[in-house]
Amino acid sequence: MKISEWRSEESCYEATAKMLKRIEKSELNAYITVCKDDALKLAEKYEKRELKGKLAGIPVAVKDNITTKNIRTTCASKMLLNYLPVFDAHVVERLKQEGAIIIGKTNMDEFSMGTTTETSYFGVVKNPYDLSRVAGGSSGGSAAAVAADETVLALGTDTGGSIRCPASFCGIYGLKPTYGLVSRYGLIPYANSLEQIGPMASCIEDLALLLEVIAGKDERDSTNVGKSFKFQRSFKDFKVGVLKDMGASEEVMEKFNEVVDKLRKNFYVEEVSLQSLKFALASYYIIAMSEASSNLARYDGIRYGYTEELSGSWTEFFSKIRARGFGEEVKRRILLGSFALSAGYYGKYYLKALKVRKLITEDFKKAFGKFDVLISPTMPSLPFKIGELKDPLTMYMADVNTVPVNLAGLPALSMPIGFVKGLPVGLQVIGNYFEENTILNFAIEVEKTLDSSER
Amino acid sequence: MVSLEDVYHVAKLSKIEVNEDEARKFRDEFEKILEYFNLLDEAPESEPMYHVLELINVFREDSPKICLTQNEALMNTRHKEEGYFKGPKVME
Repeated sequence: MKISEWRSEESCYEATAKMLKRIEKSELNAYITVCKDDALKLAEKYEKRELKGKLAGIPVAVKDNITTKNIRTTCASKMLLNYLPVFDAHVVERLKQEGAIIIGKTNMDEFSMGTTTETSYFGVVKNPYDLSRVAGGSSGGSAAAVAADETVLALGTDTGGSIRCPASFCGIYGLKPTYGLVSRYGLIPYANSLEQIGPMASCIEDLALLLEVIAGKDERDSTNVGKSFKFQRSFKDFKVGVLKDMGASEEVMEKFNEVVDKLRKNFYVEEVSLQSLKFALASYYIIAMSEASSNLARYDGIRYGYTEELSGSWTEFFSKIRARGFGEEVKRRILLGSFALSAGYYGKYYLKALKVRKLITEDFKKAFGKFDVLISPTMPSLPFKIGELKDPLTMYMADVNTVPVNLAGLPALSMPIGFVKGLPVGLQVIGNYFEENTILNFAIEVEKTLDSSER
Repeated sequence: MVSLEDVYHVAKLSKIEVNEDEARKFRDEFEKILEYFNLLDEAPESEPMYHVLELINVFREDSPKICLTQNEALMNTRHKEEGYFKGPKVME
């Protein structure tokens, strides 16, 4: 549902109540916590014209790794099952300042570690187009909620594709902003050098508005660059690079190539190959796991999170709590991260991954000397069946088209371009640093180019 | 080759208890994953990149601000005593 459609409802209170009922009856499992009473109170306030701002009276769902004061924030982990934050994330402060109705906290892969939400302690999020399939991850709850009118807007986070993957699988729009555009203050960290909070919506205009609200200066995040974002419509002849190194299954490629052919009629389109991309997935996972092993050291069972009666030595207690509080994928990544950073392996894995990160970034910079945008299929396949990805490496492979963007810190969008066998297909649009406006304007042109009947 | 001892070693470094079944499963998986990571051996040499942004240090006034109160800081723990966190024993 678009903001314009929500605004055309006669009563915000009634519409909110209806939405809450829809969530209650839903089979998708998109939410971990629903803020029913607070949402209704805010809707009532809006009707009395006491709620002001760019998002006044608009429901926004927040991924459950983003800290919300006095609203349980779990990261979909047993480790944080009863964690009640005492402060708001920067982006949540911004939502409140602009009058948004926070409708709930969305389901996700545990600590964002996954591509399908199957690692969630709260169970998988189902795809709104086919309940036997996954909604994608890790921001699967946010994407499914937008797609199924269980919210109007949503916030997700993207470490290696966690906004774009579920946006693609659920047929909505999701943007991973340039690293440093949106403050990460209050985002519970998994891999800080890679992750960004970003908007998810059912049209480009709404996506842009939510980005305007959350982008901007915040000195509590030392990597925040202090730039704000304002959506500006512009018209230009886009130079489009088609990333040959980012492929997909035959049926997805067929749809993608259809779109490319149509774009050729209006724009300069050329294929481009970045040699370093074949190393991206390995580099990404080594860096992400290494950062995770350090970031997740904070869960000690003492200050917050899952705990038991104190017993044994510090090390024994610590190790027991962490064994019982973390799920399998989280343990796998912490252990592998510790391995990559450990004496004797640091040079072979972690340092090498950082070197490859440099190569990839340089390759992208070169490509943006020639092209305004680079495009690819967002995901290498249609949404997976629940349980389809059996071993971890196969799951990691699904991120192959999305992770290079995080390594380089670039902005990228996933937008719906149609359906194959009744399942949504997403187009990834990558832009140069802080060129979110170029991406969004190009996306509008893509929509114009595509026949509305086919989408 | 990844050995069971390797798994126990990183589990110890990570302070996560693993039982023998888990260790065996992790060993098999790690072997496959690390083999894939070895792809990086083929990559050309380059400078390492520690961060995507070329950041420079900025300083702010070191002035007092409102931060968490003691009660707020202790709100999420079961292990507290007289306004402090209480941990397991450190000395044998």
